[in-house]
Amino acid sequence: MTPTNSPNRLTTVRRKASLQPGWFNRYRTYARLKQAFIYLVILAGSAVMLFPLLWLLSSSFKDQAKIFIFPPQWIPQPWRFDNYTLVFDRIPFVRFYANTILVTGLAMVGQIAAASLVAFGFARLRFPGRDLLFLVLLSTIMIPYQVTLIPTFVLFRILGWLDTYAPLILPYWLGGGAFYVFMLRQFYMRLPVDLDDAARIDGASTFGIYWRIILPQARPALGVMAVLTFLGHWNDFFNPLIYLNTTEKYTLALGINLFRSFQTTQWNLLMAASVMVTLPCILLYAFAQRYFIQGIVFTGLKG
Amino acid sequence: MATFPSARKSKSPVAQREALEGYLFILPWLLGLLIFILVPIIASFYFSLTSFEVVKPPIFVGLENYVRLIHDQLFWQALKVTCIYVVTSTPLGLILSFAIALLMNQKVRFVSLWRTIFYMPTLVPVIASTMLWLWIFNPQFGLLNTLLRYVGIEGPLWLGHSQWALPSLIIMSLWTVGGPMLIYLAGLQGIPTDLYEAAEVDGAGAWAKFWAVTLPMMTPVIFFNLIMNMIFAFQVFTQAFIMTQGGPRYATLFYVLYLYQNAFKFFRMGYAAALAWVLFLAILLMTALVFRSSAIWVFYEGEVRKR
Repeated sequence: MTPTNSPNRLTTVRRKASLQPGWFNRYRTYARLKQAFIYLVILAGSAVMLFPLLWLLSSSFKDQAKIFIFPPQWIPQPWRFDNYTLVFDRIPFVRFYANTILVTGLAMVGQIAAASLVAFGFARLRFPGRDLLFLVLLSTIMIPYQVTLIPTFVLFRILGWLDTYAPLILPYWLGGGAFYVFMLRQFYMRLPVDLDDAARIDGASTFGIYWRIILPQARPALGVMAVLTFLGHWNDFFNPLIYLNTTEKYTLALGINLFRSFQTTQWNLLMAASVMVTLPCILLYAFAQRYFIQGIVFTGLKG
Repeated sequence: MATFPSARKSKSPVAQREALEGYLFILPWLLGLLIFILVPIIASFYFSLTSFEVVKPPIFVGLENYVRLIHDQLFWQALKVTCIYVVTSTPLGLILSFAIALLMNQKVRFVSLWRTIFYMPTLVPVIASTMLWLWIFNPQFGLLNTLLRYVGIEGPLWLGHSQWALPSLIIMSLWTVGGPMLIYLAGLQGIPTDLYEAAEVDGAGAWAKFWAVTLPMMTPVIFFNLIMNMIFAFQVFTQAFIMTQGGPRYATLFYVLYLYQNAFKFFRMGYAAALAWVLFLAILLMTALVFRSSAIWVFYEGEVRKR
């Protein structure tokens, strides 16, 4: 695909350049222009990405009356910090927060525990049918959840678990999701086996190897998984919508939607509530960013 | 990796123990596979052949649901809306995120700052981003029409107009291109620099390097992003449910929204199961097509070594 038999243009160009004194400066100007152009595009793109978020923040601090004026105030006047406390008066926001933390936490713990165990089995142990089962696991990634949705709903209904948190938590304790098992397995495969063998000679059990050798080394991958699963459960709207009926049991996602439906939309309060759901996600990312970027490079596609 | 040697070894007690432990480790997944995938898939297919209203046991009706589906105009509308969304938002998003990743991969300062800015929208929970965009699209006081008014244009009704509602949701989807961008960026940084050096020796300029090195080396990543984003796009629900409820005039009746309405609003579980199966087949067909085409355009490093 590369023009292999073309003359060596680069060196010819350089040779010519050394003959013409003005060339080097012209080249520098071109490089500077190009650099300026790149920054310009990046800045413009960043602005487009940030504008909605700034709009969100600005609206969340505005007075109810000031939200409907043109031209809009980008800096709220006056600042209504009490918008944030008003949200707590209008809906049981503390309750929704606690519910969401509970569901997200339990589902996450189970999902990480299950996926890391199963991935260890596939990556480090030999048993008949392993490769076939792994193929089955991979193919289940393709199945859209809508296909299993109705029977799963019927199952939880028969068990009498509708309007409980079990449907939002329990499935994740069983297997932890094919995608994450795959991701962790790819990561484990790259860890050297020598340490396993050494530990085994020292009399470590298989579980001991998993717990003391593999898990500590897999921290970057587990970090990525923690961030992704947190976002997944924290943001989930569909499952709570289907399984939860009682308002007190609502998660934040349902709670905010409820808030919108029974108010004559108070945009400032709605935006304040939205900021409060978003904040934990951004904080978590800021906290885990280093792990996260690293982990994507490690575990992503290059496995 | 081979199964046979381990099977042969299974006579030894050590190997037998290892096999037993192996099954124990994957047991959570095996149970999950049985309870939440295999049985539900079979049950789902059976339900799709029944009339089933949750409170009463299902009554077998054969292919009636599928026949009804063919004559259901809303089904075709939902399929159309979803397909339009998939074939527009996916390529637009992929091209945009690739372009951004290329920019980030240049020698620029504060890369991690820019990366964070572009990734940030992806971190906003769907519920918050739908509320935010509902407000942005507000015809009188939303951000979009406000900005348009600055330059003297009276913007459309966006979500309130049947011609603009779907494009609005596509525009909104482009706000979260940070996800695929991050994956592209990881891929770009993984391209060995000696390939670029070799191309330079061959006299390739920036443009030629892009076509001869960057793009071919990135095709596996593009392929991955294409498949994932396509599958996600097929399953859009929350935006439509909260922002438009499928309207106006069914312009944003996404497939999964229609499925949800049938299952949990009208309690036509059998019909919804049939809808789910058709969705499954549609996704399968699309991914199969993309996989088939990948032989032509996806380039794997191993192929170089063979030559």
